[in-house]
Amino acid sequence: METALAHTDIEMMDCVYEKPDTLTDQRFHYCPGCGHGVAHRVLMEVIDELGIQEQTIGVAPVGCSVFAYHYMNVDMQEAAHGRASAVATGIKRMHPDKYVYTYQGDGDLAAIGTAETIHTANRGENILVVFINNAIYGMTGGQMAPTTLLGMKTSTSPAGRTIETAGFPIKITEMVAMLPGVYYVARTSVHTPNAVRQLKKALTKAFQYQKQGKGTCFVEVVSNCPSGWKMTPLQANKWMEENMFPVFPPGEIKVPKN
Amino acid sequence: MKGNEAIAEAAIRAGCQGYFGYPITPQSEILEYLTDEGRKRGMVVLQAESEVASINMVYGASGAGARVMTSSSSPGISLMQEGISYIACAELPCLIVNINRGGPGLGTIQPSQGDYFQSTKGGGHGDYRLIVLAPASVQEMADFVYDAFDLADKYRNPVMILADGALGQMMEKVEFKKYNPADHIPPKPWATVGKTRDRERNFLTSLHIQPEKMEQINLALQEKYRTITRNETRSESIETDDADYILVGYGLAARIAHRAVEIAREKGIRAGLLRPITLWPFPYGRVQELATKAKGILVIEMNAGQMVEDVRLGVEGRVPVKFYGRMGGIIPSPDEVVHALESMIHQPVEANVEEY
Repeated sequence: METALAHTDIEMMDCVYEKPDTLTDQRFHYCPGCGHGVAHRVLMEVIDELGIQEQTIGVAPVGCSVFAYHYMNVDMQEAAHGRASAVATGIKRMHPDKYVYTYQGDGDLAAIGTAETIHTANRGENILVVFINNAIYGMTGGQMAPTTLLGMKTSTSPAGRTIETAGFPIKITEMVAMLPGVYYVARTSVHTPNAVRQLKKALTKAFQYQKQGKGTCFVEVVSNCPSGWKMTPLQANKWMEENMFPVFPPGEIKVPKN
Repeated sequence: MKGNEAIAEAAIRAGCQGYFGYPITPQSEILEYLTDEGRKRGMVVLQAESEVASINMVYGASGAGARVMTSSSSPGISLMQEGISYIACAELPCLIVNINRGGPGLGTIQPSQGDYFQSTKGGGHGDYRLIVLAPASVQEMADFVYDAFDLADKYRNPVMILADGALGQMMEKVEFKKYNPADHIPPKPWATVGKTRDRERNFLTSLHIQPEKMEQINLALQEKYRTITRNETRSESIETDDADYILVGYGLAARIAHRAVEIAREKGIRAGLLRPITLWPFPYGRVQELATKAKGILVIEMNAGQMVEDVRLGVEGRVPVKFYGRMGGIIPSPDEVVHALESMIHQPVEANVEEY
């Protein structure tokens, strides 16, 4: 895990794109084309641009992003599967002046951690929840997730998810948005430059609201899993647009009333 | 003051900064007392949605450098085991209070010592230990809170106070000792409180994919547990110097056994009491010493016979070890214990074999 990026000599005058100090030199372990890398980058870029690296504590629970603390150059805690928002609650309650965020996948946040997710939001904990939804358990090898689409094939729904055996893909973001303790909810993606800009805007707002003590902010990133979906990255992004977006449409879901 | 309230009051005085818990009989007074008194005196007190959430809030808060605790009773402690295992591996200091009730299952709200195995042998997954303190009076319910927090910080290890529903509910006089938290709470440079420019980021984890790394983590934990065993093993011996028969009991059972020792002595039986105070580390050495002098050992527990296994490990077959216990929330009387002692004495030696 400790292999740093090979050093390359770039003349500073030629440098048009730079990694923020909030990302370590560690090489990502993510599969080619996976959305985690961009989502990590955008989140850390926002923390860097807001100048809050020294005041920020992150929580990474079990899932593909459990090693986020290797990449994110802020103080971090790994959490048990599903428990990120409880861990974040503990941190935030002891340090209400610090910025606290969780970075969770769909299995973690919307299956095993549903109780923690809902109750943290219902208390209006003044934290940011970043929710990466790729409709599959990537880390354990592509099993059905709570957000797996109807008809979608996974290793535990080999003929496609059916309502009869597995019910419906859960729209937890919409559920969370209904709770009065939740201040801001957005859903974006990271597969186009425009989508990345939307995510960056949403995360920036969320940290600003946290500074103002507004309550829970919840940002879903609809993402892909080329390995789990058994597609090339390009196919995966196209499939995501055509199949995931109708069920999980991007946009701001809950915005503050002025 | 009630035992549960003594724990709560001592926690405030010990400088506990955060409490995260969930209601369950017979320990809800701790949550209630702290919600009222603790908050008034500056403590963060949060009623969580479950014991699963409580223990993970403790993980987060302790990882962020705060002196924190939770409390529950048997079924709730079972729910916490996953989090306790993570806390043990990430080496986070905290206090967990278990006011033991009768099980298994939902069981009864009456007092029990049925959680001895769970508390002392790990409880959750993986090779780890809690330091387990067993108070036998309301005074000790208070005193052990300070000890528990100090031990937790000293060794970066979770500490459990294991009492039972009777100790939690009974009222006795209690004095709170002078204690200045600032003199006791060490700096925590490992805590996640925001990465400053002068240091690398802190991260807390229990995940080490490479087996060689995970083995090193385990070896370090085992070394720590050996140090704790050397330094912190505690027990109390009462009238054991001339004793032919040693009663062994902890917590409430030790108080009953103490009374039984007095009755036995009135009857001319030279009996004594060994009371383990740390259930882990267990006072094997003291058991061994006593086993070289005594004719027999009788273990008294409010369960089906759990600590008796540790007593047998200490005795190593030198003298007969018998067990007397009640289950399901029943508290044995001193007379029952004396009767068990007498029948042990009057049985032929060859009959003193294990009876399960």
